Amino acid sequence: MKTATLRIRRGAAGEAPRYDEFAVPFEEGATVLDALIWIRAQRDPSLAIRYSCINANVCKECTIAVDGRVVYACTTRLVAGRPMVLDPLPAKRQLRDLVSETRPPRERLA
Amino acid sequence: MTRSAMHLETGVLIIGAGGAGMYAAIAAARAGAERVLLVDKSLVGRGGATIMAQMTVAAALAEESDDDWRWHLADTLAAGRGLCDEELAAILCEEAPIRIREMGDWQVGWARRDSGRIAQVTAPGHSRPRCCYVDFLNTGPAVAATLRRQISRIEAIRRVSNLAVTDLVVDDGAVTGAVALDTASGEAVTIAAGATIVATGGLTRIYRRNSASANMGGDGYALALMAGAPLVDMEFVQFFPIGHLAPRLVGMDPIMWDPFRYKLGGRLLDGAGNEFLARYGSDETDAYTTPRDIASYAITREVAAGRGSPHGGVYLSFEHIPPAALRAAFGPVIERLAKNGIDLATAPVEVSPIAHYHMGGIVVDARMASAVPGLYAAGEAVGGANGANRLSGNAIPEALVFGERAGRFAASVAPAAGWRAGAAVAAVTRLREQADGRSGDVSAAALLDELRTLMWDAVGPLRDAAGLARALARLGEMRGMLPHVAIVPGRESNASLADWFELRASLSAAEAVTRAALARRESRGAHQRGDFPASDPAFARSQCVVMRDGAIAASLAP
Repeated sequence: MKTATLRIRRGAAGEAPRYDEFAVPFEEGATVLDALIWIRAQRDPSLAIRYSCINANVCKECTIAVDGRVVYACTTRLVAGRPMVLDPLPAKRQLRDLVSETRPPRERLA
Repeated sequence: MTRSAMHLETGVLIIGAGGAGMYAAIAAARAGAERVLLVDKSLVGRGGATIMAQMTVAAALAEESDDDWRWHLADTLAAGRGLCDEELAAILCEEAPIRIREMGDWQVGWARRDSGRIAQVTAPGHSRPRCCYVDFLNTGPAVAATLRRQISRIEAIRRVSNLAVTDLVVDDGAVTGAVALDTASGEAVTIAAGATIVATGGLTRIYRRNSASANMGGDGYALALMAGAPLVDMEFVQFFPIGHLAPRLVGMDPIMWDPFRYKLGGRLLDGAGNEFLARYGSDETDAYTTPRDIASYAITREVAAGRGSPHGGVYLSFEHIPPAALRAAFGPVIERLAKNGIDLATAPVEVSPIAHYHMGGIVVDARMASAVPGLYAAGEAVGGANGANRLSGNAIPEALVFGERAGRFAASVAPAAGWRAGAAVAAVTRLREQADGRSGDVSAAALLDELRTLMWDAVGPLRDAAGLARALARLGEMRGMLPHVAIVPGRESNASLADWFELRASLSAAEAVTRAALARRESRGAHQRGDFPASDPAFARSQCVVMRDGAIAASLAP
């Protein structure tokens, strides 16, 4: 089966940055978010990601950096043949893995 | 407790910040609640179902033709196949126009005709044009943004995102607050509340094919069951008939073909290109009229008979519509489809049923009060108003109307002084034990994946006793695995910790659906049994589901 390769930034804030590489099944039309959900169910349930509407492009929660570009994981198509590099948002504080602090300040607990 | 958990106090606690929760917060503050706490396991105003709504909002506004809320009620009761709670349905229909006009006053941007009147279309099951919308396919985002703007202006409302309520605190028979997981820190939080409103939406995320957002795993039903509140109509999951199936479409909600059918008609065709709805008693020669339950049943039957499309659905074709008409009706959406390789003028798309909405929910009275003092519900979490099948367009009015009532009546009992920390100790201790992590052979994420496939295959659009029994057996096994599920150590943003609580809730919600489905030995509305294909007058009543000593049971209402 054709696969795609994701290199994903791991760890919590303050830890030395590291990348884990995952091979995921590639289907025509699949998205980066599809692959991340697959990884959580089939390979590594500890992978922290943020998403809500899954496929509808309305909640804006799944914003991450793919190959250095800030995109929605739910609308970015998976690419086979070369590794895709996934990072949390560059301008936000990283909480863990691909989860950044995107809550408005007033919506956080003290 | 060896150390104290973070503690919050409020008059009204609202769990879930979609349309119902946000409106409940507005109404509670308007009714005089000095402190309102609005929490969401996702982000406030971003998760839930409201923001996903593509188009129709039903209200008897009489902008396009004569209308009356009683006619809307008659259509709602007919769609509900004899099971609607008529009091709740009447409240929904009578108050919908007030809420919808108010949203207009708040600049939601309802689509209007050149004359300035609010545009209303006729959706299946409605006797006249009654459904308003925001172009293009923007109803949900516009409603959510409008409500976010309103709540941000109200001092009394405190919003907290990424706070997942895991347990309601029941003390001396009343709900006095809640215990929650702050997912960012992994710490337990206790919340004392005079009144608590469950506005967590439905459970469609427990199905493999669903149009839900990630946080629709049935949390509210599980919380209510654990607190001792009965649920009703849990077997009735609405399978939206024409969910997108193929080719793969990204960046659009899978139920987006409904608006196309409202505006343009379209033809539903089997794998050989033939129309088939007439064989199921529905004639669409002139207009898009087939109710959701009948269309889902027809498609499921056609596919089962080997007459489906290549990916296991049927075709939806707009090839007979001139491209200019397509563009006039949907403007920029046509470009988004082109980016997905879809050209409606030259090829059909494949569609099939998809879990979309839950008719069942928490039993409430006209004040949205549950059977447990201090506990209220709002929106999709409420059961009864829609009976066995929800009419198109009734979900957003339900969120706003029931949200308004829940907030208003909950404010009248807040603040109360019932909080005693001792009643929360067990839930806090359990949360902390989970947060310490443990090794195990299976992850909650993997079990949730399995649960979704199991529910789709065995408790989906077409059910029978053997499949339902198989599902119940496996759900029981999975519930037995809960204490042994692996949880990765580490508190901060620990996804596997949040998964464990989601799994626990989803298993309870799934069992409630399955037990009610097994006990209803007939077919009615959204509940279709292959082994009992006809409706049975003996079942022309709702079933209640309760949890006693951890065991979930369904029984016919008296």
